[in-house]
Amino acid sequence: MKYTQGKYIIKNKSAIAKNTYSYTVRCPEVADIAQPGQFAHIRVDGFTLRRPVSICEIDKKCGTIRIVFEIRGNGTEELSKLNEGSLIDMLAPLGHGFTLNSKFKKVILIGGGIGTPPMLSLAQYYGEKSVAITGFRGAGSVILQEDFKNSGAENIVCTDDGSYGIHGFVTQPFGDILKKGGIDAVYACGPMPMLKKISEMSKENNIANCEISLEERMGCGIGACLVCACKTKKNDEEYFAHVCKEGPVFNAEEVIW
Amino acid sequence: MSDLSVNVCGVNFKNPIIPASGVFGYGREYEELFPLSALGGIATKGTTITRRNGNPSPRIAETPSGMLNSVGLQNPGIDKFIDTELPNLLKKNTVILANIAGSTIDECVKIAEKLSSTDVHMIELNISCPNVKQGGAAFGTCPETAGEITRKVKNVLPDKPLVVKLSPNVTNITDIAKSVEAGGADAVSLINTVLGMRIDINTGRPILKNNVGGMSGPAVFPLAVRMVWQTANAVKIPVIGMGGVSSGKDAIEMMMAGASAIQVGAAIFTDPFAPIKIIQEMNDFLDTKKIKSISDIIGSVKPW
Repeated sequence: MKYTQGKYIIKNKSAIAKNTYSYTVRCPEVADIAQPGQFAHIRVDGFTLRRPVSICEIDKKCGTIRIVFEIRGNGTEELSKLNEGSLIDMLAPLGHGFTLNSKFKKVILIGGGIGTPPMLSLAQYYGEKSVAITGFRGAGSVILQEDFKNSGAENIVCTDDGSYGIHGFVTQPFGDILKKGGIDAVYACGPMPMLKKISEMSKENNIANCEISLEERMGCGIGACLVCACKTKKNDEEYFAHVCKEGPVFNAEEVIW
Repeated sequence: MSDLSVNVCGVNFKNPIIPASGVFGYGREYEELFPLSALGGIATKGTTITRRNGNPSPRIAETPSGMLNSVGLQNPGIDKFIDTELPNLLKKNTVILANIAGSTIDECVKIAEKLSSTDVHMIELNISCPNVKQGGAAFGTCPETAGEITRKVKNVLPDKPLVVKLSPNVTNITDIAKSVEAGGADAVSLINTVLGMRIDINTGRPILKNNVGGMSGPAVFPLAVRMVWQTANAVKIPVIGMGGVSSGKDAIEMMMAGASAIQVGAAIFTDPFAPIKIIQEMNDFLDTKKIKSISDIIGSVKPW
């Protein structure tokens, strides 16, 4: 695994929903090797621990990556105060990303809330071969819809309160598409109950490639400190894998819920 | 360029900076960023007799100027360490301190026996892990037990320097230090983490699944300096200092308090290059002050 640490310039900042920010960062050496599903471990002034933020878009030509994050606590609040032209200290690209396969004819991408951003880089890879199903609490927290449309993916949006798109959870349209068959892969990132349900539904429908991106409180971000453990199966034996290195993307069959 | 080399109980370190056990794994991940040969030494992840899965997640929480961890000694076991990690580490041209821990005295002795026939440079016996239910801190908080375990482990390591890692979660750390010195320890290292706790007030649940965990980072630095100073004044064997060191100035300060070498932990999470920067900053300090050798500052504090 290759990664680098440096201070990179923020080329673009935008507030894309309440408490949700998007930074486009110029970092050619990161963009060059980054894969969908990987993350950046970001230093925030005044805090001991870095904040892991998933990579939303990778533009190798422009040498930029885009990250989208939600204010969850003091650290991300401080992070949101950076401006265009400021330097951001990143250790990136980290982790094991999604498996990409150019032979796949139809894939489903499912993002729940702030788990949506890493799905965009997949939508940009698969384009029209992908269906993006994204779910949010309500209209106020819907993000990245223009970007998903521009990627060529078929776009389905759900909200818990029905204030935007379909009223209900992402699992409902997901179930409908599964019934029609012909799905080569399912990729998902979002809250644990959503990921669990998607994994079960994929298994019931014999989807061989169901990959999910997990989240856990992290230390070093590169696999040394063994803090971000999650229970997995390896050769039928229980094993604490680490979200930062062996993940964040896991095959759904490996995860013990 | 000043002379940054130090000698700790007969082992030469090219500089005093050692990533602390637990933050650095076996160095593989950091090698991507800098050559391990730049480091004075490496304290490897605590190794037990058999594989341990560790505690459930979350295992980490932020604190003001620091963090808590409750990893619980996840490791592949001593045999795998000796077969797959140690040979690789011994090629890196830096001092390797194999950190070991057991839930019984017998286990610690067995692990030490296995290491005695390897080329590892030093053994760091952890009698102070706050995150395991058996052994760990239980050994390190009672002077008699600490002395007994040291004696039994040293007995099977006649040719290897034995460093005993001490807990700050005690009434008087010098009692423990004197006891392990009497037991045959060649050096002590301190402080291990300070037992702490954080609660999510929205859920009423502790943030760590283990409820409590070990606190480290800049917040514990003054506590660590005080304990290093007290211990260095209480024993004749060298003290390896650690606890919240995050700059060259911090490292100099802890060495003035009496540390012969310095371990760096949480600072590496904030900045993976912290050990390298600390070495450079120490060198700059010595150059500015026209001090020829870092050894000259060890224990040089002039108390009031």
